[in-house]
Amino acid sequence: MTGWLARLGAGWIRAVRHLGRALLLLLRILEGIDELIRRPRLLVEQLFSVGVLTVLIIAVSGLFVGMVLSLQGYHILSQFKADSALGVMVAASLLRELGPVVTALLFSGRAGSALTAEIGLMKATEQLSGLEMMAVDPVRRVLTPRFMAGFLAMPLLAALFSALGVIGGWFVGVGLLGVDDGTWWVQMQARIDWHQDLLNGIIKSLVFGWVCTWIAVFQGYNCLPTSAGVSGATTRTVVHSSLAVLGLDFVLTALMIK
Amino acid sequence: MPIESDSLVKIRDLCFSRGERVIFDGVDIDIPRGKVTAIMGPSGTGKTTLLKLIGGQLAPDRGTIEVDGLNVHALNRRELYQLRMRMGMLFQSGALLTDLNVFENVAYPLREHTSLSESMLRKLVLLKLEAVGLRGARDLMPAELSGGMARRVALARAMALDPMMVMYDEPFTGQDPISMGVLVKLIRQLNDAARITSILVSHDVEETCAIADLVYVISGGRVIEFGPPRQLQQSGSEWTRQFMHGLPDGPVPFHYPAPALEQDLFGAAA
Repeated sequence: MTGWLARLGAGWIRAVRHLGRALLLLLRILEGIDELIRRPRLLVEQLFSVGVLTVLIIAVSGLFVGMVLSLQGYHILSQFKADSALGVMVAASLLRELGPVVTALLFSGRAGSALTAEIGLMKATEQLSGLEMMAVDPVRRVLTPRFMAGFLAMPLLAALFSALGVIGGWFVGVGLLGVDDGTWWVQMQARIDWHQDLLNGIIKSLVFGWVCTWIAVFQGYNCLPTSAGVSGATTRTVVHSSLAVLGLDFVLTALMIK
Repeated sequence: MPIESDSLVKIRDLCFSRGERVIFDGVDIDIPRGKVTAIMGPSGTGKTTLLKLIGGQLAPDRGTIEVDGLNVHALNRRELYQLRMRMGMLFQSGALLTDLNVFENVAYPLREHTSLSESMLRKLVLLKLEAVGLRGARDLMPAELSGGMARRVALARAMALDPMMVMYDEPFTGQDPISMGVLVKLIRQLNDAARITSILVSHDVEETCAIADLVYVISGGRVIEFGPPRQLQQSGSEWTRQFMHGLPDGPVPFHYPAPALEQDLFGAAA
């Protein structure tokens, strides 16, 4: 019994220490933002690497999610003669939930894992130590641009996901299932609320961008400098980010719904 | 006792542990200015850790490390980084930035810490690369370099800001005889030509003794002996003699501590 309690206590202490280290690292990352003002090229390079290179998977996923949503929604709504609301349903689902959440999940799998692996390998090959010994702070030089790029890229990627989802949904709903084109767009314009749908979606994706990129850079910077260490850190990035996104989504939704 | 006079690095009563394992237990070392000082000892004795402690990448549990009169571990981050600009370090792996070519790797510290014009920077980088014999390899990427070439590029980068001292972490490990010969010659030449202080961590006795002015032998968390290489090679200490001559028999046991073989093989019945 005491052994079990001791293990539980040790686990909690480890978790709190881990969180403390992550918070301290986040503060150091944020301290380095002035570096990005002096050298915006660092941010642009990472926006390309973290954001632009993730566009393809986000675009294709958004398109197909919108198509499936439209297909499923039509069959349910048409039973109640409410298929004219299909456009609103597709757009609201994407803007409020699927856009931010699925984008964050895909982002952590594509860009988050790549960030962790890159930083972890830089640590394992002593590149981060090399920077330190050249009097270059690796947190400001390597972590801050990557963190800010992830934070800024996420809402843009979520917007792209939702936009292409609406187009995919329109293609299936209007193009294939015969929903009226005018109704699709007019209903959407009339019923989608800037604050409830659009702004809340943007807030969610900013929060997810912050958390996913924070987890990714922390795991990379904190990993054991071995192949097993980097591999474990990459896996943890995807698992922790996914769980954090799903948990935070519930909390944010609960706070946002009036 | 260590030599006090005109030391660039003074280490006093250094204690450092990793978990339960004691790496250093009251170590005193003086690194004289303008000389090549070797820190030698078997693998796992904390030689690389010592360089990281001198560079301020690790903090000791007790004791002080002074570099050029500054207590490394009492400095704030800005002061520490200013001190590091006067230090160079050659890592065992080279630690080259893999997304930059040879030229850009050597130019990196200059771009970070100076505002030199592009033409001046180019000339300086080419001169540094010329000194290590790799001016012609300036457009290659790190992945295209052999291990020896990567270390020479790293050496050129370590020298880029004309430091007062350079620390070499196992520079000869895994090198073919030609690369090793080149590195041995380069370390001595650069030390003398640039009038820097060199700290060389290695367990390659022959190569290290060929260029070192002073050798510290460490093991078990303590300095076993120190002095000029010739003196250590004729040392009366059994331990030093075993290490310097690579003898299989001596005070350093072949076996890692373990219970008796019979007990391991036959358990309690033995």
